[in-house]
Amino acid sequence: MHALTVIRTYLKLGLLNVLQYRGDFVFQVISIAINLATALLTIGIIFDQTDSLNGWMPNELMALVGIQMLMRGLVTMVILPSMEAFMEGVRLGTFDFLLTKPADAQLLTSVSQFNAASIANVVIGLGVILVSMGRLGAAIGPGDALLFVVLLMAGAVIVYSFLMILATCSFWFVRLNNILVIFSVMFDNAGRWPITIYPVWFRVTLTFLIPVAIAITIPAQSLTGRLDWQSTALALGLAGLFATGSRLFWRFGLTHYTGASA
Amino acid sequence: MHPAPPTPPRTFASLSPRSLLAYYLAKFRAEFALQIAYRGSVVIWLIGLVVQPLVSLLVWTTVARSNGGEAGGFTTGEYAAYFIVLMVVNHLTFIWHMWEFGWRIQTGFFTPLFLRPIHPIHNDVVENLTFKVVGLVGIVPAAVILAIVFDADFGNTTPGTVAVFVPALLLAMALRFILEWTLALAAFWMTKVSALNNFYGFVTAFLAGMIAPLALLPAPARVLASVLPFRWTVSFPIEVLLGQLGARTMVLGLGLQVLWIALAVLVLRRMWGVAAARYTAVGA
Repeated sequence: MHALTVIRTYLKLGLLNVLQYRGDFVFQVISIAINLATALLTIGIIFDQTDSLNGWMPNELMALVGIQMLMRGLVTMVILPSMEAFMEGVRLGTFDFLLTKPADAQLLTSVSQFNAASIANVVIGLGVILVSMGRLGAAIGPGDALLFVVLLMAGAVIVYSFLMILATCSFWFVRLNNILVIFSVMFDNAGRWPITIYPVWFRVTLTFLIPVAIAITIPAQSLTGRLDWQSTALALGLAGLFATGSRLFWRFGLTHYTGASA
Repeated sequence: MHPAPPTPPRTFASLSPRSLLAYYLAKFRAEFALQIAYRGSVVIWLIGLVVQPLVSLLVWTTVARSNGGEAGGFTTGEYAAYFIVLMVVNHLTFIWHMWEFGWRIQTGFFTPLFLRPIHPIHNDVVENLTFKVVGLVGIVPAAVILAIVFDADFGNTTPGTVAVFVPALLLAMALRFILEWTLALAAFWMTKVSALNNFYGFVTAFLAGMIAPLALLPAPARVLASVLPFRWTVSFPIEVLLGQLGARTMVLGLGLQVLWIALAVLVLRRMWGVAAARYTAVGA
């Protein structure tokens, strides 16, 4: 398939890049280890004081930390840098070149940048998830595990589509990079905890939390057996809706792109 | 033939107080206009400065509530008060220069700063103070709203604790600035400082009382926080304002702050001389 070849080529280029900057990769791993240590020590301090955080147990929160790291890795590996490059391209007019390439413009935009150093985040995140699953024990059956993977993918689709919609707005508003910064702030801070501990106004007023919640909290709930079918349906339904919506919005936005020289 | 590199100003007293004051006033006006022009970026920074303590507040009030309204000696309202004051104190003490020095050196941005007949630290002091003043426009309303929404408990705050809070806060601002500015000089030796900065951020997060009030940390960590400068950069003014400390501890704390500042200034002057002598840039 043509689309797959395009993605594979970009991934390979990104990988070659990281081999070029090995030192950078080492520093990235150190920083991730520090983040993980912060998260786990904080959980330790909290459970010195209480037995449960609004019903969540230490191992469940650890699984959530792993999911957050995994998602953060996926987002910062391809989606976020590609969106930043796209916005810059619209501002400078270099997006013209991308449009002339013989492949789907949204696909090219979405995978144009590949920050391979984030692979470390994905790998360590997966490791944390596996360790916490092991500690959660026999409670997780093959059905749960499958549901978990499906929900993770649904979360990734929603986060991707959400950022795609934000990025598409740059066809009208040229300086939008700040919006992505707000998203990162919410994702890195609020995303580390189960969304259920936040008051309703915090969940509702900050729409940025919607994709964060579905990408992180709902998969974590599926691992810990506290997921009802409504949440599952909501996650899958929203994934479909967001994906379709971002696609339609992108095509609509594209007709508003005037180009650098036009 | 290389032209002789500019000799960087090495002393802090190379300008008379009057011309220094004139510099500060002029630079403040310029910096103020600049930050108003880029108010969008200022708002983004502020969102980060609010969200971080807000999330901690939500987590710890949940801990207290899950535990029947009180955990580790703090009630829900006391946790709220702690993290709201933390938000203000952190805004007023934080500096970003350790993330900027690497960039300044790689791009040669430091060169013009070296050429000016004034120590570069003054430039950074004004930039930082201006951001703090501008930022208060967002931070103060946020603090008031959060205090009302979360029913923050300021029951032990008295005119007396406020009176001690002011010097404790000012000293904390000075101490944290000098410490972190000195640490930022590491960029003169290392090309990549992000791992070092992250490690420093990790240590301060716990030992300065940002993740949780220091009282909740294990005993060895608490001792470390008090023996090292960390407690005196952020946590101490909060503890003072919330009336958690006795008179003796408050006096001792202020004394330690002064002591650490004196020590940090000595290290800074020494390190700056060595760092400036090492500086090389394209064209220098």
